[in-house]
Amino acid sequence: MDKHNVKGFLEFVYDFYRSMKAHEITLVYEGEITHQITKAFTSLTESNMAKQDESNTVQKKVFHVMVECLQNISKHADTFGSDDYLFAGRGIFMVSKGSEDYHVTTGNVIENRKIEELTEMLEEINSLDKEGLKQLYKKQMREGRLSEKGGAGLGFIDIARKTGNQLEYHFLPIDETSSFFLLSSSISRTL
Amino acid sequence: MEVIKIKGTDDTPSVILDKENEIFEISGRSLPEDVTTFYEPILNWLDEYAENANAKTVFSFKLVYFNTASSKLLLDILMKLEEMYENGNDILIKWHYPEDDEDMEEAGEEYADIVDVPFEQVSYVL
Repeated sequence: MDKHNVKGFLEFVYDFYRSMKAHEITLVYEGEITHQITKAFTSLTESNMAKQDESNTVQKKVFHVMVECLQNISKHADTFGSDDYLFAGRGIFMVSKGSEDYHVTTGNVIENRKIEELTEMLEEINSLDKEGLKQLYKKQMREGRLSEKGGAGLGFIDIARKTGNQLEYHFLPIDETSSFFLLSSSISRTL
Repeated sequence: MEVIKIKGTDDTPSVILDKENEIFEISGRSLPEDVTTFYEPILNWLDEYAENANAKTVFSFKLVYFNTASSKLLLDILMKLEEMYENGNDILIKWHYPEDDEDMEEAGEEYADIVDVPFEQVSYVL
């Protein structure tokens, strides 16, 4: 980087910092999600919440949602597709804290052919009330099989149950074969 | 019979399976990197135990957290105990949950609904 570029880059860092502050982002990560990363992020967030005297219930719910979101990326993010290494088997993970809620947001690449099935699953979950979600969870636990990667097909249902909120999601097209899948869950701080 | 004694970590539960001293307990946190590998020896142990079980088996779960992948494996354990019960063994499941943890209490209720085996909910203060 020449002198001019360095200055531009540092200004970018400052803008980035300000955006993080403006959106109250307490944790942001882009990269491969491993078990070690999951452990590090959950314990970091746990100790932050404990310091801020967040209630046990809220702490537990945030912990649950974080683990399931991180495992979704590590088990389901697609590595194929655009040869762009930036997207290979990884994702973005973000925790933000507002005055009312915590938000856990993830983004990862998925194959376009999976969008329909995923949308149906998310819509079904969003259409169900507390009792419906409970029944679906039980059904999936009884009938579902653990996938090769250890997924039980229960993560989204669990997030919806623990938060009591709808799963907010969005697909952004990357190219003909792949899209970027964004999912955001909010956990009320006044539980 | 061999005793299984696993010390808990921040992502794996403590496990004691001791036929002679009549202790059957899983406690702590469960989010192992590989749930199948972690729970396989426990399920195998139960298969062997079922062939020559004690007159009474009280199996305690005292978990503070488990992820969805673990929930499936916990059901596998409960189903093995259910099978033993169906075969005439005296089985009791004790599901311990922290007094203020409704989610853990509810998880116990759900398991009790799914498996047909005597099931007792026990609350405790952390």
